[in-house]
Amino acid sequence: MPNSKVNDFVIRFANVNGTGSASANYLFAKAIFRMGIPVTPKNIFPSNIQGLPTWYDVRVSEKGYLGRREGVDLMVCVNPQSMPDDVLSVKSGGYFIYDCTKALNPALIRPDVTYIGLPLMEMCLREFTDPRQRQLFKNIIYVGALSALLDIEFSVLEQLLAEQFVGKEKLVAMNIKALNLGIQYIHSNYAYPLDIRLERRNLVGDKILIDGNSACGLGAVYGGATVVAWYPITPSTSVVEAFESYAKKLRVDKETGKRNYAIVQAEDELAAIGMVIGANWNGARSFTATSGPGLSLMNEFLGLAYFAEIPTVLIDVQRTGPSTGMPTRTQQSDILLAAYASHGDTKQVLIFPSTPKECFDMSAESFDLAELLQTPVIIMTDLDLGMNDHMSESFEWDDKRKYNRGKVLDASQLEEMPQFGRYLDIDGDGIPYRTIPGTHPTKGSFFTRGTSRDEYAAYTEDGRVYVRNMERLLKKWNTAKETVPAPFLYQEENKSPYGIIFFGTSTFSAEEAIDSMHASGLVFDAMRLKAFPFNKTVEDFIYSHEKVFIIEQNRDAQMRSLLINELNVNPQKMIPVLNYDGMPITAYAIMALINKNLSPALNASTSKILS
Amino acid sequence: MTYIRPKFRHPDLPKNDLGYTTREYEGSLSTLCAGCGHDSISGSILQACFELSIPPHRIAKLSGIGCSSKTPTYFLGNSHGFNSVHGRMPSVATGANMANRDLIYMGVSGDGDTASIGMGQFVHVIRRNLNMVYIVMNNGCYGLTKGQDSATADAGSKSKAGSVNPFQPIDLAGLALELGAGFVAQSFSGDKEQLVPLIKAAVSHPGFAFINVISPCVTFNNNPGSTKSYDYVREHIEATGKTDLVPEKSEILASYESGTGTEVMLHDGTFIKLEKLAVNRDPFNRMEAMNALRNARNRNEILTGLLYIETETEDLHHTINSADRPLNSLEEEDLCPGSAVLAEINEDLR
Repeated sequence: MPNSKVNDFVIRFANVNGTGSASANYLFAKAIFRMGIPVTPKNIFPSNIQGLPTWYDVRVSEKGYLGRREGVDLMVCVNPQSMPDDVLSVKSGGYFIYDCTKALNPALIRPDVTYIGLPLMEMCLREFTDPRQRQLFKNIIYVGALSALLDIEFSVLEQLLAEQFVGKEKLVAMNIKALNLGIQYIHSNYAYPLDIRLERRNLVGDKILIDGNSACGLGAVYGGATVVAWYPITPSTSVVEAFESYAKKLRVDKETGKRNYAIVQAEDELAAIGMVIGANWNGARSFTATSGPGLSLMNEFLGLAYFAEIPTVLIDVQRTGPSTGMPTRTQQSDILLAAYASHGDTKQVLIFPSTPKECFDMSAESFDLAELLQTPVIIMTDLDLGMNDHMSESFEWDDKRKYNRGKVLDASQLEEMPQFGRYLDIDGDGIPYRTIPGTHPTKGSFFTRGTSRDEYAAYTEDGRVYVRNMERLLKKWNTAKETVPAPFLYQEENKSPYGIIFFGTSTFSAEEAIDSMHASGLVFDAMRLKAFPFNKTVEDFIYSHEKVFIIEQNRDAQMRSLLINELNVNPQKMIPVLNYDGMPITAYAIMALINKNLSPALNASTSKILS
Repeated sequence: MTYIRPKFRHPDLPKNDLGYTTREYEGSLSTLCAGCGHDSISGSILQACFELSIPPHRIAKLSGIGCSSKTPTYFLGNSHGFNSVHGRMPSVATGANMANRDLIYMGVSGDGDTASIGMGQFVHVIRRNLNMVYIVMNNGCYGLTKGQDSATADAGSKSKAGSVNPFQPIDLAGLALELGAGFVAQSFSGDKEQLVPLIKAAVSHPGFAFINVISPCVTFNNNPGSTKSYDYVREHIEATGKTDLVPEKSEILASYESGTGTEVMLHDGTFIKLEKLAVNRDPFNRMEAMNALRNARNRNEILTGLLYIETETEDLHHTINSADRPLNSLEEEDLCPGSAVLAEINEDLR
């Protein structure tokens, strides 16, 4: 099949951290996106500032599959440290591009791989004088070489550089020069294009390319967040950085130059969440972003916010745990910690975005949700979604939309009330009315506390009153089931005895796996979870299938445990499909695990389809 | 046992400029031990707010955990209060203040809540110069867990059970000075005459104002050999001078004797009048305040009064250039950039 490799391959760049390769690699990925071809870049980076190996995978998929895929079709290796491993990771029949300024170690030569040498260092020494430029333009030269080898349209690269360096014509010219050096070298030394190559398509539409953290930060701007408190931690840092950079453009008063937001970098995660709770208590929309270690620290305060019923928004960009784990690798392993955060009987609302569009929407909506329910809302994203660019539906906003502040009483409402009781369940939905400090001179004040209290917020150690309050909180929890985003069902009617459940960044690979298995005659019903607590739809889906596969990225099948625990389903029928090596889950891994469970005999045929 | 506070108040109770009596500033009945120093401090806070004619709902009370942190229930019942978690009051106060810069933030903490579990948040709230009053009710021991030494207990101080504290104390006022607090005072719960004007001055100070108040624990730390007992404190107190707060509209009192006192004009036009300053005390000199505090300690004396005040101070809102309007009053039109801007953002991402 001569065309099988058009718009369908994986390229890996092997670089040294801190050498400016990221922007060159991004230029490469963005050029493919601009050619209308679905593309998924993933940055696989070390917890390091400079010197350690770093990789950048770009998957190109005509079919629009956006999950990670194993197997490298073309390796661009400019890191001698990782070269031996990098050679091994190329698929048989693939290509290996390297800097041939230094001769390749013969031990690294594989007969089933095509080697393409580019004298990157030599060209840079000859063409550039500034040491930093010599390093940076190595990256641009290989992008030029790739454009010749893979048929990237030169005008697209030119346009991207012009956009990147607006007003810096000299820089644009130097980058173009570097691109041409790469192109000319290929033209004079190699046959081009390769069999793996690109062809312009119209498959991208009005989609955008953005990382989930930026989308969360922008969503918080649109959702009306004014107070942001945070403590830097990978991989959540860029959420607040994005909020700040958007807010600087969109939230500064033109007349006074003053900011309609406040960002406080806290001394630790304890203080960050404390500030968020204080601000929300005082009527501002406030959020923080963190990752696993921060979530551990925030547990005490999350219990307070749950029990004292203070709206709180927390964005948890999950990384590989436990403890410090692998700080720059992805996982979905904070689920149980977040769901039951803090001591005592607590349950927390969780939201699971799976695309940047959902990061934006759910971040904006989480402020409504937190204020409606007067409780913490934790957005469970992860490193893969947060820090990698994803092709996503574009953002939308309805200008008629009003923020829903929930049950907040103003001064005139307080005047009309016979008596205000902060924890009185007037509407029968478990959600009481609150007041913001400073509202009324003599009415509506109350004492917020983490201790047990009665309906009027007065301290009590009366067990009956305590139980009444805890049961009301449970009633509120039931209200939350119908308030949080409902799961997405992929079918109108069930058509299989087997169901598949997934959420967050397992979505792309799960969808691809379902497609592939369908092609080989295996049909599944599928459901994507968007929130905890689970509503009736989730329960019905599980009860109506013989077997349910739960795809997630942690060792202990945490979502499966949560489903079993909350819905009281038979654990026997709940089959875990797990990946937890820190790399995003792939369709292949999902298929292999599902097939292993359903029919060991199927294994052989599946691997055949995949190869 | 049930305590009932009599509802009757003398009809001639003095009224402040708002027409309120102290009754509008009271809280619920204290459940602390009879004679607890903390109750006197609650009374001083109440009195100071009454005298300043602050509308009670314009104050937010915040605390951590411990005997001290329970007290916000016992004063300013018409104010919102927040009894948060142990040692974390400063962060909650910071968030609250960021949300609404127009309220007065009255933080109350204890020596365990501040000098041990809350040390991290204490030092950082000073560093940020959050506009708040931070009062430590300092009794040198843990009351609710029955009398363990705290980090402010003096070395050599004897507990009720007879054990002698072997560790050096953390001097909170000294630390606040060191970290750059713009208002640092020290007082004694039993000296309302000194404490009330100090609290008034602290409230009027437009930045972080710290008052360390020695407040004997009658149950666990009022025994002979304790350096935080009523008797010991009374015998070892050394006042820096008398402080009074003069509201803007008042005339400067004529009784002010020139040469023995000084005035400090605050941001809002009010004056703090410092009378009968102790010899060689300069309240505008941080180094001198630190030395005076240290020297007093070396003499086993407790230096009280206003130790240091900065007349020009810029609080956190100023530092981060946040809007003059309280952020919690902003609405969609101030906050949401809208769909047209979003369309441009989308375009940049294509």
